[in-house]
Amino acid sequence: MDYNDILKNSPYSLAAPEKNTLLTERLVELTKHHYERCTPYRGMMDAYGWDPDAINNYYDIPFLPVSLFKQMDLCSVSKEAIIKTMMSSGTSGQAVSKIYCDRATANNQQKTLAKIVTDFTGASRMPMLVIDTPSVIKNRNMFSARGAGILGFSIFGSDKTYVLDDNMELNVELLESFLIKHQGQKIFLFGFTFMVWQHFYRELMRLAGEGRHFDLSGGVLIHGGGWKKLISEAVSPAEFKQRLEEVCGLHDIHDYYGMVEQTGCIYMECECGHLHTSIYSDVITRRPQDFSVCNMGEPGIIQVVSMIPESYPGHSLLTEDEGVILGEDDCPCGRKGKYFKVNGRLKNAEIRGCSDTYAVRF
Amino acid sequence: MILMQSGFKNIQFIVGGQNTVERMQYVKPLPPFSDEVISFLNELSKIVIRKGRTFSDVVTFGFWCRRAALLAEKEKYDDKKQRYGKGIVFHIAPSNVPVNFAFSFAVGLLAGNANIVRLPSKDFEQVKVICDAINQLLAGDYSYMSDYLCLVRYPVSKEVNDLFSALCSTRVIWGGDGTIAEIRKSPLKPRANEITFADRYSIAVIDSEAYLEADDKDAIAQAFYNDTYFSDQNACTSPHLIVWLGEKKKEAKELFWNKAHSYANARYELAPVQAVGKLTALCKFSANRKAVFDHGRDNLIYRIAVDQIDEGLMDYRYNSGFFFEFDAESLKEIAPIAGERCQTLTYYGIKVEKFKELLGDVKILGIDRIVPMGKSMEFSLIWDGHDLIREMSKRIEIW
Repeated sequence: MDYNDILKNSPYSLAAPEKNTLLTERLVELTKHHYERCTPYRGMMDAYGWDPDAINNYYDIPFLPVSLFKQMDLCSVSKEAIIKTMMSSGTSGQAVSKIYCDRATANNQQKTLAKIVTDFTGASRMPMLVIDTPSVIKNRNMFSARGAGILGFSIFGSDKTYVLDDNMELNVELLESFLIKHQGQKIFLFGFTFMVWQHFYRELMRLAGEGRHFDLSGGVLIHGGGWKKLISEAVSPAEFKQRLEEVCGLHDIHDYYGMVEQTGCIYMECECGHLHTSIYSDVITRRPQDFSVCNMGEPGIIQVVSMIPESYPGHSLLTEDEGVILGEDDCPCGRKGKYFKVNGRLKNAEIRGCSDTYAVRF
Repeated sequence: MILMQSGFKNIQFIVGGQNTVERMQYVKPLPPFSDEVISFLNELSKIVIRKGRTFSDVVTFGFWCRRAALLAEKEKYDDKKQRYGKGIVFHIAPSNVPVNFAFSFAVGLLAGNANIVRLPSKDFEQVKVICDAINQLLAGDYSYMSDYLCLVRYPVSKEVNDLFSALCSTRVIWGGDGTIAEIRKSPLKPRANEITFADRYSIAVIDSEAYLEADDKDAIAQAFYNDTYFSDQNACTSPHLIVWLGEKKKEAKELFWNKAHSYANARYELAPVQAVGKLTALCKFSANRKAVFDHGRDNLIYRIAVDQIDEGLMDYRYNSGFFFEFDAESLKEIAPIAGERCQTLTYYGIKVEKFKELLGDVKILGIDRIVPMGKSMEFSLIWDGHDLIREMSKRIEIW
């Protein structure tokens, strides 16, 4: 099955039965592909007792915990074929995921992202404001999740301009001249949720207090990276949008859910505030007790499947996030596919026992 | 010795105070199992059994330090008349086991010492119950014990570790290779000794035929639960490998795990992260070694059949109900996994003589405890290969 043929379908065009057939065919094929080419993956499938011929639905394909990519090298191509290694953003000292991409996988990530995002922004390139510092992409060979996100989304922009400096402070003059230069055009803003709030929104608020206002009402903002930090500041998604609109008129705002382990297949938030699965990937929620599939509306651990990964066995992953499937094929926005919301990270459990008493824990 | 003042500012005294630490250096060491100490612990036992009755671990401690129980222990020491405490014992308790600190200082007292205890950092209710009881006793009839006990909390601080390590004659570090390495940065007095409880693992051996014949299978399930799930299978005494002996393994396993499942299912709450953690552990293991995973009916029990055992196997051990299983023809086959890091062997249906034979026959560096299933956590004065009373006391020779 050629992924490029799959890409010919527009991202939200297939209803459940057709999408299921397509996903099953491709994902079973990918499972076999990785089974043959990735020895550690084969060991896992053997332990599971995986039998490719017994599977007639992608729901039955085993899933790997996403944190495995932090703990081992998983790769289904020769080292020479790898053109880039993407890393998850971990705070210092934490293990980071390593995702190995060959040319085909990297290209498909980029093409898929384009198909999904242009469904929301339109096909033409827009002047792009990156709400981040340029230093985040200094090392082009080792992509951090932040850097990879920025570079991935850069294809939708022209005249890409980073509005934060190395100290994460807003370069007001730069912003001003950018807006004058592109007056009357649709501006594309991209950044990580927390950065947008902390370093962009707050600064715009402060400037507004000084009587300096910026009009971004014609812009579109895409932001991702999770709400964890903002939840601690008690900022809800609704408030995030409302406050941004109040301070600069920006109202076309889309959150997205995605992870470096499945780059390309992001889940965009529609006008109704729902995260959407495209036909290139899917979300399944599972019960922690037995990993059985949750009913619609029932919160569970999020599993993500993606038709892209060929160079590493990341086509079926169990995340550490909890979410809820809200519906399928019937979102008022008109897009087909499942729509869902993410509740946040699974809570850390306090494990009893007698090791690790002193060194790191507290 | 005049104590450095600066180290004290980070210390929170739960029992005793800075003055206690000063005075401790001048108190008289006691003989093991002295009447003073036994009376004190007996009173403590009464209070904590009453006030902590909702906590099974507090009650267990309470029963353990009743006068009758302690007097029975005392009888086991034929050299107690020549023994005295060494001085001060500095205990570093594990942060995630609530009552362990109490056993630790009780042994320190029974051996005849004054004790400084670093309490668990977590604010367990059990700790409060026991500390309140101690304070009540020290404020009343047992004030004579005041200079023998100081229970403190402090954040990670080498300065404080230095201070207490320089004072003590014995240092007791509970658990974790990381902790031991950290505390060892603080020097001890030249003649001081140290008792460390390093990261270790444990195993269980079950005779399939004996199990099938047993008519108390529910009690066996409970015993197994207490060894494993009760401590999230994360205590060093919790078995991670089950070795099956005998001719009826398949039948016995099915029944055993069914019973274990029913028992645990009614009591154990598996958090979502634990479920994901177990799957991750399985993947890591099977990526590197041949394994057959038994899917079971849910995520409560993970069973991984292995056809080979060695110490490396235990690098893949995990908690929250994650078991390797190995079929053996004879007990001797456990030798490869019974190295230095192997602590407790719990058993069902095997005669004690068999173990004695085994220890005579093959080289076994590890295994310091061989106890019936269900008893793995039961505290005893010989723990993890250490004779605690003797290691915390000195023997005086008089000609």
